[in-house]
Amino acid sequence: MAANSLLHIADAPLKRQRLIDRSFQAVTTASAWFVLVILAAIIVSLFVGGWQALSTFGPAFLTTDAWNPVTDKFGALVPIYGTLVSSFIALIIAVPISFGIALFLTEISPHWLRRPIGTAIELLAAIPSIIYGMWGLFVFAPIMSQYIQPWLQNHFGEATLAGPLFEGAPLGIGMLPAGIILGIMIIPFIASIMRDVFFTTPKMLKESAYAVGATHWEVVWNVVLPYTRVGAIGGIFLGLGRALGETMAVTFVIGNTHRFSLSLFEPGNSIASTLANEFNEAVGDMHTSALIALGLVLFMITFIVLAAAKFLLLSLERREGVKT
Amino acid sequence: MNWLYLRRRGVNIINLTGSVLATLFGLFWLFWILWTTISYGISAFDLSMFQQNTPAPGSAGGLANAIMGSLIMVGLATAIGTPIGILAGTYLAEYGGRTWVAGSIRFINDILLSAPSIIIGLFVYELVVLRMGHFSALAGAIALAIIMLPVIIRTTEEMLKLVPNTLREAALALGAPRWKMISLVAYRAALSGILTGVLLAVARIAGETAPLLFTALNNQFWSTDLLQPMANLPVVIFQFAMSPYNEWHALAWAGSLLITLSVLGLSIIARTLLRKVRMEQ
Repeated sequence: MAANSLLHIADAPLKRQRLIDRSFQAVTTASAWFVLVILAAIIVSLFVGGWQALSTFGPAFLTTDAWNPVTDKFGALVPIYGTLVSSFIALIIAVPISFGIALFLTEISPHWLRRPIGTAIELLAAIPSIIYGMWGLFVFAPIMSQYIQPWLQNHFGEATLAGPLFEGAPLGIGMLPAGIILGIMIIPFIASIMRDVFFTTPKMLKESAYAVGATHWEVVWNVVLPYTRVGAIGGIFLGLGRALGETMAVTFVIGNTHRFSLSLFEPGNSIASTLANEFNEAVGDMHTSALIALGLVLFMITFIVLAAAKFLLLSLERREGVKT
Repeated sequence: MNWLYLRRRGVNIINLTGSVLATLFGLFWLFWILWTTISYGISAFDLSMFQQNTPAPGSAGGLANAIMGSLIMVGLATAIGTPIGILAGTYLAEYGGRTWVAGSIRFINDILLSAPSIIIGLFVYELVVLRMGHFSALAGAIALAIIMLPVIIRTTEEMLKLVPNTLREAALALGAPRWKMISLVAYRAALSGILTGVLLAVARIAGETAPLLFTALNNQFWSTDLLQPMANLPVVIFQFAMSPYNEWHALAWAGSLLITLSVLGLSIIARTLLRKVRMEQ
């Protein structure tokens, strides 16, 4: 009898603890699920908001280039084209530069210099994109139109294939400057991932190569890069995902016109810059809906690209896990 | 010295030089952009910037209301995002483990980490602004909180995973329930790391413009009403920079300088803290 009541006394606080334990776990679990809820809510809300435009125009929304709020005709081709082209230019610039930086930080740089330079490059990513935009519009665009664009026109303007890309007045704003600024902006993302994955190469592999007389470059090109290829490509995809959705910097310099043009000198539009420019001044429901549908398209594209990036990086990580 | 040897050395030297040049190229932009912000921004960067409100076109003024608005919204976003983020990170590190639920939450979280912020703006517009019928500081703070969340979740998880398991086992062996072990042992051991995550998240949202365009919009006047549109630095900078007025341009640059300094300052502090944490482990 006495023993029984003693057990009861000890049991009560224990029960309370168990209750707190359970509720603590429930709260953390709910917070974690919140991430999935947000993702689902984003997709649903964009779908609902864009439904009017999507249902009216159907698949043609993606393939026509009309963008006319007056006649309520909307097609997303020009902004989609602008988004892809500007991001592609960005990759052309950022990938080799990032590779060079990662190579420098992992193989060439003296130890004491690694950290400051690595941090400085990463700080490029911390600068808000609106600062890039202002710098692009007020500082870079004049230089672009006075020196770089005329030079490009003089040297490539007559070329049969590349010629049409460099036609038009050197305005300093347009697809090319937007792509260049995007390129600078994504360098830190790609460079820091490439550096991190380069560091995962086992020392043994590299030292073996050095021991048989390989040069620095041969080690990087024939040992490090093949070993980390998946991760490096993941980093590039991550940078691409960033470039596709970048808004403010592009809005400042891309020119914001809904006219299709092959020339990289002509002003254009990206999905994000269209949204930033027009959303608050949208006239009528159809215009708003078309813009939200545009947002949905952007979200889908970036989602796929980022998922691919994550997948590639994960598979490198997994291989690492097996090896060590 | 045969030809092949020379060629290999030549290729090596050329490519290594290229790599050094690439690094200089990257650093060059950082310093150029910083220099531009400082040299253009310094002229209007004075006391009146903090004292006066945003001016009408063509007249002098300051950024007081925008600075206040940014502080309020970033503060509110931090208050919303931090607890949820830390709890979610706790789940991933302490409970989730290698289950597929935790795996997919990690996956989605990493995608949201890099998702375009303008999409978050659109989402909150649909969710909050449309319901309320007008733009508001609250909507802006919610959008910023959603952008902070993935950063905090990820750092919290990483930092909790750095806490040695022996500490956990010691606490559990003494009979501590799990919540006590986490809140009194694991959190304490990972505190500076978790705080770093919050700092990084604040740095991330401090300069965010795109999501605020559709949510908080702007306000020419001093306002601290959370349910009304509120001025904020990024949107004011955007509006002023796109305008044709010289006075507005000067203020936009001064605002940019302020944001850049605070964001870079925050990131440098966070990085230094993070390095210390990693060294200790």
